[in-house]
Amino acid sequence: MRIDVRPTERAGDPIARALVENARELGWDLETAASAAVYLIESDLDDETIDRVTRELLVDPVLERLADAAGLPGSQVVEIHPLPGVMDPPALTIERAIRDLLELDDRVAIRVATARRYDLVGTSRDDANAIARRLLANTVVQGVHVEPWAPTSFPSLPPADQSLRHVEIGTLDDAGLERLSRDGHLFLSLDEMRAIRSFYQEAGREPTDIELETLAQTWSEHCVHKTLKSTITITPPADDAIDWSDRPGHTRHADGSITIDNLLKSTVAAATFELIEEGVDWTRSVFVDNAGIIAFDDAHCVCVKVETHNHPSAIEPYGGAATGIGGCIRDIIGTGLGAKPIASTDVFCVAPFDADVPAGCLPPRRVLREVVRGVRDYGNRMGIPTVNGAVFFDERYIGNPLVYCGCVGVMPNDATHGDAKPGDRIIALGGRTGRDGIHGATFSSAELTDSHADEFSHAVQIGNAIEEKRTLDAILHARDHGSGCLFSAITDCGAGGFSSAVGEMGEALGAEVYLDRAPLKYDGLRYDEVWISESQERMVLAVPEANLEALRAICDEEHVEMADLGTFGTPERELVLHFDGTEVGRLPMAFLHDGIPMPTRHATWTPAEAVRAEPDAKGLIKLRLFRLLTHPDIASKRSIIRQYDHEVQGNTVVKPLVGRMGEGPGDAAVIQPVPGSSRGLAIGCGMATRLGHPDEPGSDPYKMALAAIDECVRNLVCVGADPSRIAILDNFCWPSCAKPENLGSLVRAAEGCYDGAKAYRTPFVSGKDSLNNQFRTEDGRTIEIPPTLLITGIGIVEDVDRCVTMDAKPVKGSRFVLVEPSGDTLTDRVRTARYVADQIADGRVLAAHDASEGGVLVALAEMLLASAGIGARCNSFEQWFDEREARYVLQVTSDTPEHASVRITTLAEPTTDEHMYVGGESIDVRSLHQAFTTALAL
Amino acid sequence: MSERPLAIVLRTAGTNCDAELCRAFELAGATPRLVHVDRLIAEPGVLDRAHIIAVPGGFSYGDDIAAGRVLATRLRTTLYPALRDAVSRGVPIIGVCNGFQVLVQSGLLPGPTSGETWPESPAPASIALAANKDPCFIDRWCRVTVDPSSPCVWTRGIADASPDTLMLPIAHGEGRVVVSDDATLEELRANHQIPMRYAEGENPNGSADGIVGVCDASGLVFGLMPHPERYLAWSHHPFWTQLPAGVRAGETPGLTMFRGAVESLGIGA
Repeated sequence: MRIDVRPTERAGDPIARALVENARELGWDLETAASAAVYLIESDLDDETIDRVTRELLVDPVLERLADAAGLPGSQVVEIHPLPGVMDPPALTIERAIRDLLELDDRVAIRVATARRYDLVGTSRDDANAIARRLLANTVVQGVHVEPWAPTSFPSLPPADQSLRHVEIGTLDDAGLERLSRDGHLFLSLDEMRAIRSFYQEAGREPTDIELETLAQTWSEHCVHKTLKSTITITPPADDAIDWSDRPGHTRHADGSITIDNLLKSTVAAATFELIEEGVDWTRSVFVDNAGIIAFDDAHCVCVKVETHNHPSAIEPYGGAATGIGGCIRDIIGTGLGAKPIASTDVFCVAPFDADVPAGCLPPRRVLREVVRGVRDYGNRMGIPTVNGAVFFDERYIGNPLVYCGCVGVMPNDATHGDAKPGDRIIALGGRTGRDGIHGATFSSAELTDSHADEFSHAVQIGNAIEEKRTLDAILHARDHGSGCLFSAITDCGAGGFSSAVGEMGEALGAEVYLDRAPLKYDGLRYDEVWISESQERMVLAVPEANLEALRAICDEEHVEMADLGTFGTPERELVLHFDGTEVGRLPMAFLHDGIPMPTRHATWTPAEAVRAEPDAKGLIKLRLFRLLTHPDIASKRSIIRQYDHEVQGNTVVKPLVGRMGEGPGDAAVIQPVPGSSRGLAIGCGMATRLGHPDEPGSDPYKMALAAIDECVRNLVCVGADPSRIAILDNFCWPSCAKPENLGSLVRAAEGCYDGAKAYRTPFVSGKDSLNNQFRTEDGRTIEIPPTLLITGIGIVEDVDRCVTMDAKPVKGSRFVLVEPSGDTLTDRVRTARYVADQIADGRVLAAHDASEGGVLVALAEMLLASAGIGARCNSFEQWFDEREARYVLQVTSDTPEHASVRITTLAEPTTDEHMYVGGESIDVRSLHQAFTTALAL
Repeated sequence: MSERPLAIVLRTAGTNCDAELCRAFELAGATPRLVHVDRLIAEPGVLDRAHIIAVPGGFSYGDDIAAGRVLATRLRTTLYPALRDAVSRGVPIIGVCNGFQVLVQSGLLPGPTSGETWPESPAPASIALAANKDPCFIDRWCRVTVDPSSPCVWTRGIADASPDTLMLPIAHGEGRVVVSDDATLEELRANHQIPMRYAEGENPNGSADGIVGVCDASGLVFGLMPHPERYLAWSHHPFWTQLPAGVRAGETPGLTMFRGAVESLGIGA
């Protein structure tokens, strides 16, 4: 049964109108278009009942009308249908709503599918098809039809062959091992394959397929971070910016070379543990859980995590970004004994819109539009405000865009730690398991190529935010249950699915799992697919038997499915897997988690030429300022930010866009994690890719890391955060580190993280890396992304009433000053941040803004255009366009005290005529506003 | 000790503005109680004890099919009699954002013509919330104006607020008010059932007549797209750091809306 629903004349058809506009941008001139929603229902319901469903559920009498399949006269039809096996969340809702409406139980078979139809007038069949593929569908997950389409029957997968398979590995030579790794999509190195071969040779048997898959998932770069944890040797240049003496875990050799034992532990983590040793006493859980946790107030902690979802977003940006944010939210839900997500962040790196697009890549504008849509649809539906973010452009992101998604949560003090106990049941909560997202963990650890979209379409996941919201509601109820928390540990099913979640939770105990008990979306999954599927919206809990009933009652009320998969704890600390009465896998936890060989890796580093590009000093100030304010890196991101609900939960006190005109780019957001408390949490980020860019003169990833940390601190300080209460996170996105040069730049960035965190006393509490970000084109060229380090920070704000925003205030007698370090040392920068924070705390600062991309004049212009009715009469100043680090522009009411580490320069006085008077020129602030806010259209 | 009125806040899968709506009632002097729609359907009698009923914002059932559609269909077919009876005995009902979308589809707005009684079964919808004119989700604050002659109990006491403070945040993709025919719109105007409009030059979604929200003829039932529950403190205001201290004194118009409805009951205090 097919039902077509079209908008009425009164409703209009904005979707079709937008399509006509978007098509025109790409050179297709449509006369007009119309859209329709299509519902396909397979059931035994009679016509009268279907008619009732249509009237009461599917058609609104004001906005919609039932339509026949004829459509617009002279039009060409295109229809977008989900491909078989791809999640169709609205269809699931409709199935359930029909059952509720008709009071039918689950035994009555009803299947629904949804689709969209477009009637395009003024185009050919081929062009309509092309328009659909460019603008309407992603053919990885959706099918395009050029006529009205209804399947003769709903597809169902054939029953799977569940016979136990063994993989022959004991007799394989090196070439054979490599072939097995590649063809089986294991993405393991030869060393790792050899370790597995030895293990099974000693055990005197061959692995089952599911054992091999489990090892590949657990040993993937994504899950075990083997590059960052490996031993690395490097020979630094003479006169290095890095002081290599007395670094923890570093050994200097007579020949000048250095061995670093476990890079992550010796840099990023070492800084944190040394700071804790030195008296930083407010971290609560660092690096060990799904998110880092710090103390917030006497009763609460906050936790934070940032993830990347780069490779899935390259192939299917909408689903990739949506499940990226969905996964990061689950990390927060799965931290300690569960935290409530209260804010999200997103940072995207894409190619400029006019970049050449190689085969196998999506156009960058489409990528950005779709990742924004993905974050929007998931985050808004979850009811979590997306409060902070950034977008950066570089041609090298063309085949491998970066999608960073972050989430912050709040939890009571007693919910920060959980541990599975022997005998706890292994409980899966939330979504069902399907064939989506198979091999996501291993896929994310590989290089992208032009054929990946076809080869890895099964790695793409489709999110269902409402499923996750229900699961969240159930988990928070279970955590806050009257008789105490109902579970002893929790984690999310992310990369690797059940295999990673159960494998990690049961690492110290062992676990026995019955895979046939997992609820499935559809039949036809093999046992190993159940085990490694990365279907979304699933959490794994360790639940004492005595609490099962109470948990089930909560799940029933919230309509969350709960499945008992087995038990934590085995006598030999093993992972034992069963399916339908057959043991399909048995692995010692010790080998699974500690058996991975960690070879020594060699890194190299050649300093770039030390010449630093001088800013373009030619031309009118006005033109240069306009050029900068409309540069995509700098121009307003309003077209993105306004699509996100940044105020849901009602706790956002400094919003991402600030000022009277609602257009000022705020430095950081501030939320109130505990409603009713005046204590706030600032959320910001820093990124300084250009400073580490391999092609940039004077570049050095060490300096890049320091600059990113400084920018993050600056952003947080500018809104009123206490610089001595800032925790940070690292997210490294690098090209392949099998290449010694790339590993060398990774080492330098990590050393920068250590020195920066120590100097600013900002402990890293969590982090993540994604290390194979490059794209191999059809003709064999490799496009490496520039090394990209995102620093995310959260900082405590003592009293949100003292928060400062960047918009200029109409206060007579005030002035704009530049505050910067007087010297070149890291200490000077740290003191400058403290100085600015003190001025804000003392109430001397009306507005504060970080001067980063574009320099000081851009920062001042942004402060003015964020307001209304304010201009500036500028003093003479040589460095309006210099991009230097650690600079702040403040609007102050009175003289600010002198400080040895800080240089203060008066830049301008406010005027009331909305013009900037600078260098003999007069620039209209409103025209700056117009240019800045409209330059970046999605 | 005075008794605080009971505000029942309805929730379901995808509701996500419930906590702040409960906070609003708490601050306004009521006792909020969050109840799942399934429980209400099982025990509609729970509504008999309500002094106020609220349908919060969010994406009920994912807004699949259309915004608020599935929840509205459930209310139409199960709880309509209980809700209608509540209004008849003087219970104010508010629907915010998704809640507004639900009320117009479940027969509770715009309600019967002045003087007439509520019909036995839900009337077909005559108002709807369509996709924004720019078919995209949008979050921003808008200036609004209030009709001082409206009977609406939810907008009392804010008509005189200064333009810089009489603002509310919207966050929706489907907030364009469409009225089924011109006669209905005329009637809404004549009966002052449009208590709030977007200020001149604002109208962010293309709503007919700049309609922000609609009430029934009694003024008890009110639905609106913006979120007054996100405006309970001055630090929620979009440019509060610009507002002079004098302006920031007293309570926000957002909170006044809830207090107005709670106090209209004449219970307690």
